[in-house]
Amino acid sequence: MIPEFPVRVSQALGNERVRRNIRRTMDGLVLKRHKAFPDEHELAVLRRRGKLIRGHALAHLPDLLEELERNCQRNGIQVHWAETAAEGNALVRDILRRHGADLVIKGKSMVSEEMGLNHYLEAQGIRAVETDLGEFILQLGDERPSHIIAPAIHKDRVEIAQRFAAHFPEYPYTEDIEGLTAIARRIMREHFGRAIAGLSGVNFAVAETGTLCLVENEGNGRLCTTAPQVHIAVCGIEKVIARLDQLPPLLTLLTRSATGQPITTYVNMISGPRREGELDGPREVHLVLLDNGRSRIHGDPQLSSTLRCIRCGACMNHCPVYSRLGGHAYGTVYPGPIGGVLEPQLQGLDRLGELADASSLCGACGEVCPVRIPLPALLRRLRAEGVRGRQGSRVVGQGSRRKPLHRLIWTLWRWVNAYPSLYRGLTGLGTRLRWLMPKHLGPWTRTRSAPALAPRSLHELARSEGFRGE
Amino acid sequence: MEKPLSVYFFGTCLIDMVLPQAGLAAMRLLRREGIEVIYPQGQTCCGQPAYNSGYDAEARTVARCQLDAFSRDIPVVVPSASCAGMMKVQYPKLFAGTPDQERAEALARRVVELTDFLARVLDWRPVDRGAPLKVVLHQSCSARREMGVADAAKDLLARLAHLETVEPDHAHECCGFGGTFAVKQPEISAAMAADKADAILATGAQVLVSQDAGCLLNLGGTLERRCPDAAAQPSPRPAVKHIAELLWERTHDS
Repeated sequence: MIPEFPVRVSQALGNERVRRNIRRTMDGLVLKRHKAFPDEHELAVLRRRGKLIRGHALAHLPDLLEELERNCQRNGIQVHWAETAAEGNALVRDILRRHGADLVIKGKSMVSEEMGLNHYLEAQGIRAVETDLGEFILQLGDERPSHIIAPAIHKDRVEIAQRFAAHFPEYPYTEDIEGLTAIARRIMREHFGRAIAGLSGVNFAVAETGTLCLVENEGNGRLCTTAPQVHIAVCGIEKVIARLDQLPPLLTLLTRSATGQPITTYVNMISGPRREGELDGPREVHLVLLDNGRSRIHGDPQLSSTLRCIRCGACMNHCPVYSRLGGHAYGTVYPGPIGGVLEPQLQGLDRLGELADASSLCGACGEVCPVRIPLPALLRRLRAEGVRGRQGSRVVGQGSRRKPLHRLIWTLWRWVNAYPSLYRGLTGLGTRLRWLMPKHLGPWTRTRSAPALAPRSLHELARSEGFRGE
Repeated sequence: MEKPLSVYFFGTCLIDMVLPQAGLAAMRLLRREGIEVIYPQGQTCCGQPAYNSGYDAEARTVARCQLDAFSRDIPVVVPSASCAGMMKVQYPKLFAGTPDQERAEALARRVVELTDFLARVLDWRPVDRGAPLKVVLHQSCSARREMGVADAAKDLLARLAHLETVEPDHAHECCGFGGTFAVKQPEISAAMAADKADAILATGAQVLVSQDAGCLLNLGGTLERRCPDAAAQPSPRPAVKHIAELLWERTHDS
């Protein structure tokens, strides 16, 4: 059982090593992104385009999904629809069973994490092997990713070396990054050679051409999608875009925002299984389109902007909360600001509403988002949904975070601040009785000295200095 | 915006009760420039604490009070980017679709953050009467992002001839205040404040200034705890001041 959020926060803040690892990587990624966008004007234009393209796709989502299905099918891709994670898992299992696969090699896919696919398949007697290096490292320790694009950043190379030594004693101990990578590569090669099925995520699904676009840096994605007989792509329904010519701006926004790369080492454009006369490629390609709560989010005019996300991770890289906690403290598949917005909507405010509070609303996330998702505004909206709920909204668990004490506090606050004479009376009284002010103010004074009330309020000082009071 | 004959001054509830000397300094600065400064006695809080906690209806009731208090068509100068942001950026959203929408939009258009008003509207060119001083400037997130006025504070300090102004490491990062965030997520907030306080101490500056009282309370309180001895070596604890106080201190005839 995962401990409560405040406990996880304490644990995360107390782990100096993880904090150091995360901070170092985040600082590095922030700098790389900064260097990748030297021209502020170009960035502004690109972000506006990114927002428009993704917004356009969402505005026409049902039609585009149908178009995607038609064009994928024309390309020979078999399209499946999954309303829930459970349906998605069962679909993947059935495809694997039909081919008698007891092993599936996986490229990095956050949607498969969302589905809990690995554990599900394992319970069904099918082994799923992660082939992204970071995911591979995590799978050895049955850990979850702590970042959506750099899943193992909470680990430093000494920890990875020790983990490899424990799992692969046949290889000599090394802390050398190239040496460690070589070990992982050799082990993975065996799986690549043997597996009859590969699974991947999808970065963008192009409706116009029925093409699945997948970016990666290690080549494992290409191997997973071309070497085995069967390729299964799992994809959230929001990943569709209308046209192929919309892809380049999104790709450059994605890779530059994520890692500061002008382009990833591999850009895979998957347009169907092996055709007659071709020498390689899978015999079957399947696309599993997952809803899992996305349609509900899509129905809300403001919250639907959540679905513009292209999963670059820039919001977490720039988040002062994420860079201190790391992803595990959030306890969700998607951490950081986008996690704080998406996860409570997917799983309900009653379960995860607290994540929307884990932000100082500093605005750093909204400032860097390549598709201009107004993350701070959405976090605030979810706080409001948690205490009251907006008419006509369908956010799960709305009103579940209402607490009688909080209500009372805000009602009193409203009374004091809505009646100026009451406000003046109380602030005047407060400044006169300031010696009564306690030295301990709950959580505030645990790490700070208490603020002292002034001897006279500004209301009084302004009057006595002759400023007109109207 | 041209230099107006009169302005409203919205003191903010935090300055009203905890840092009134900052509000007074700002009002004196404006008056010295020949502007009539009106401090409506009917003003209270901008409503942001409730708004950011999701209590929209309560925030609206309190915000409406400010719509009443600042009803004439003259600029509203605000010595806080955070409260200015609430009025300028959030009020139109808070009142959208309500009978007060127009009034809220009109008020929003008139709101100007203090340093922005001094630097841009007045193009204030002060004579620095103070001794040489090293100042560390902490810019609030609202100043940087929501209001986009971070250049103004920097500009103003640069116009004081005897000041050396520096910014702390990770200057763009939030200090961890975030209003109710500091109370709701005290541990995360404290971790952020501790890092910021250390970065400030590392500059060796004699004074910490900011355009926002919330950040100053957070950082001042944290600095006091982390560095109880104000004269500690090698990095003594900086004095903590609102930017308006510093500007007034260094430019008025004593």
